[in-house]
Amino acid sequence: MDTLIADLKVQIATQLKIKNIKPEDIGDDEPLFGGGLGLDSLDVLELIVLLRQKYKLKISNAEDGQHVFRSVRSMAEFIKSNQVQNQ
Amino acid sequence: MKAYIRSAVSISPQNTFDNSSFLNGLAEYQGNRLNCIEPDYNEIIAPKLNRRMSRLIKMSAACALTCLKDAGITSPDAIITGTAYGCLEDTGIFLTSVIEQDEEPLTPTAFVQSTHNTAGAQIALLIKCNYYNNTFVSGGVSFENALLDALMLLSENEQANILAGGMDEITDISHTILSRTGLYKHGPVSNTNLFLLNSKGTIGGEGAAFFLLASKPSEHNLANIDAVATFYKPADITETAQHISSFLAAQCISASDIDLFITGNNGDAKHDKVFAQLQQLLFDRVPSANYKNLCGEYPTSTAFALWMAANIVKANSIPAILGHTGVTKNKINKVLIYNHYQNIYHSLILISAC
Amino acid sequence: MSTVVFVAGAGVITGIGNNVPGCVDALEQGKTGIDTIKYLQTNHRGQLPVAEVKLSNDELAAISGFSPSASRNVMLSMIAAKEALDNSGIKDIPDLRTGFVSATTVAGMDKTEKFFADFLPDHSKGKLRDLRYHECGNITAMVAEKLGIRHYMSTISTACSSSANAIMYGARLIKHNVLDAVIAGGTEALTKFTLNGFNTLMILDEQLCQPFDENRRGLNLGEGAGYLALVSERVAELLKANLYCALTGYCNVNDAYHQTASSPEGDGPYWAMSGALKMSGLQPADIGYINLHGTGTQNNDSSEGTAIKRLFHPRYPKLSSTKSFTGHTLGASAGIEAVFSALAVQRGLIYPNLHLQTPIKEFAFIPESGFSTDPELKNVLSNSVGFGGNCSSLIFSKL
Repeated sequence: MDTLIADLKVQIATQLKIKNIKPEDIGDDEPLFGGGLGLDSLDVLELIVLLRQKYKLKISNAEDGQHVFRSVRSMAEFIKSNQVQNQ
Repeated sequence: MKAYIRSAVSISPQNTFDNSSFLNGLAEYQGNRLNCIEPDYNEIIAPKLNRRMSRLIKMSAACALTCLKDAGITSPDAIITGTAYGCLEDTGIFLTSVIEQDEEPLTPTAFVQSTHNTAGAQIALLIKCNYYNNTFVSGGVSFENALLDALMLLSENEQANILAGGMDEITDISHTILSRTGLYKHGPVSNTNLFLLNSKGTIGGEGAAFFLLASKPSEHNLANIDAVATFYKPADITETAQHISSFLAAQCISASDIDLFITGNNGDAKHDKVFAQLQQLLFDRVPSANYKNLCGEYPTSTAFALWMAANIVKANSIPAILGHTGVTKNKINKVLIYNHYQNIYHSLILISAC
Repeated sequence: MSTVVFVAGAGVITGIGNNVPGCVDALEQGKTGIDTIKYLQTNHRGQLPVAEVKLSNDELAAISGFSPSASRNVMLSMIAAKEALDNSGIKDIPDLRTGFVSATTVAGMDKTEKFFADFLPDHSKGKLRDLRYHECGNITAMVAEKLGIRHYMSTISTACSSSANAIMYGARLIKHNVLDAVIAGGTEALTKFTLNGFNTLMILDEQLCQPFDENRRGLNLGEGAGYLALVSERVAELLKANLYCALTGYCNVNDAYHQTASSPEGDGPYWAMSGALKMSGLQPADIGYINLHGTGTQNNDSSEGTAIKRLFHPRYPKLSSTKSFTGHTLGASAGIEAVFSALAVQRGLIYPNLHLQTPIKEFAFIPESGFSTDPELKNVLSNSVGFGGNCSSLIFSKL
């Protein structure tokens, strides 16, 4: 789980071009949206593509993404539980 | 329809953004591509807000924000931009991914930022400006269209403060493609010897320049825009001369009243012939200066020329690096900028001292 | 400065018809132009419905006079602009300063895509002539030349509000006595670039779109072109028999809320509508019909609806989104809808909002479900909202 969280932070920072905060400084439970990262609805769509390209996971509409993208940890949990299901 | 230029800011291949010493020394380039000298954008636009912005958007937003600051205005009554190519970088990114990934799921940001109004819209968003917002994409006269719109708005509302700008960028893809079309010189070339080669082609350039325009005078105004006009594919030099003469006549002046004639010579022998002929026909005693050795050729280069002309009028002196010819008067009152883009789009901008 | 600008001609081509009579016929009969993809070369064929103009490139070339290898964008523009110019009668008046102001968002992207497919693997490949249509301004210039218009041309690109701004700018050129007559509007062809672009935003409906429905799922893209012939008061005097209506109000604002989303309060469309009303000297109650921007996305319809509620409650005019017929034609949409609005006010036509099942619960108004006529229709409002917060409204009034 910790490796997944660390990987995710780097992937998120790259995909969303976050340059003012180091990936490792993003808190595991820090809110991705509405917090200090300044992310918005366009970033939700970027994250949906990230999950699809890197983890082969599909989220079919932006609303469903809201709980998944609450924090890095919630994303990691979503990936863990769905990848298990897929296997 | 007149406008005072209250502030002017340019990012160009020269050291223009920090304008503390106006064009004091030429930034020299070898080869046919002049890229902008860019500031540290994080000092001008918060990193959180600029993370998604392409280079063109950052250049435009940095010029716009600085222009407003210099004029002491927090929010203008209109934002008008002109760009021929628009957001080439993001367009290239999205188009490449559509083709290379064969329409598989793609990311949206480059698509959203590929629209031509991105610069004008991002500036509005940064300063929360809810008023008039327009973007002209009229090829080689995109910036002139933006200026004409600004002049009309000022005559509709005398109180208005208008932010107007022109911008275009070079990307690796656009430079490759424009090279293939024969626009640029082959072989060794430098912006220092651009006008000595007498060969085919020019050098590519890019830039952003923004202006705060108002109809009311203020002590800091740089210059006054008297008139703007454009014409398209003139049949011959006679028609071009006619357009220019009637443009001047409409301002109740003649060619001899022009103190400096700034021309769009770009080093391409065929392209520049028009300017040489005109100089002979109309402006034989008028001092002239070039500008594309400083910024390179691009469709909204006249925004750079206007920035330069406004500073010349304000300083009442012509920087040595322009290599101007002819004897200048003691006071530079009227400057005419005449440019043509590939002999298709022609434009005239007349400015005068305040 | 003169104050009134008149509409003397109209031209349109969309998925529901290739000219004004064809489109009006489909609007009256409630026949949508949205269908499965036939002409656009894309992997999304069969999955994403769109409103294509029902003509191949060869057929468009034959009508427009362009080569079949030209971009669809320039051919659509030519066909609609020529119709507007021809039926305005302004060609019969000598020595007019006539201009062409056109809008588009992706211009000849269809041909750029073709170029890029060859260029990307090998930068020395790809036919350069396919790139002649890439710059928006080039499309305008090519059509202007064929129309016989030379010096006065301009191109505007403000995303989905583009052609409303072209019409505004054209009207202002007339008011400032720069021109006597202007063909103003916009053009857009379907491309892989825009179809995939909107697909990344997850706002494309895989079924027929249902603007202003509680259960709306998104928009369908469309293509087409629409232009009005605008004339000065002096020219209008000479053309009396030919006039459609007057353009009495317009307003351009920026929502400045988000790059793609509209503010939940509908500030942008509210200011645009209010500004246009103020300019025309009308009250909300004077508006008889609103041609909605109505894309069918959750965000647009809720934001635009809120703006309408703020301005019109409790007395709502009739309203509908004709995008349920034509799809969302992006840079052309405001031009096409300006043509529909000018015809509505001239002939007293009220268009239906197709596929409406459940009106949005939070609003007290219900879009028109069927076609009707209203001889008393005096003023029509047309809304446009675009990426980047660009919002514009136009008002057309009976003469």
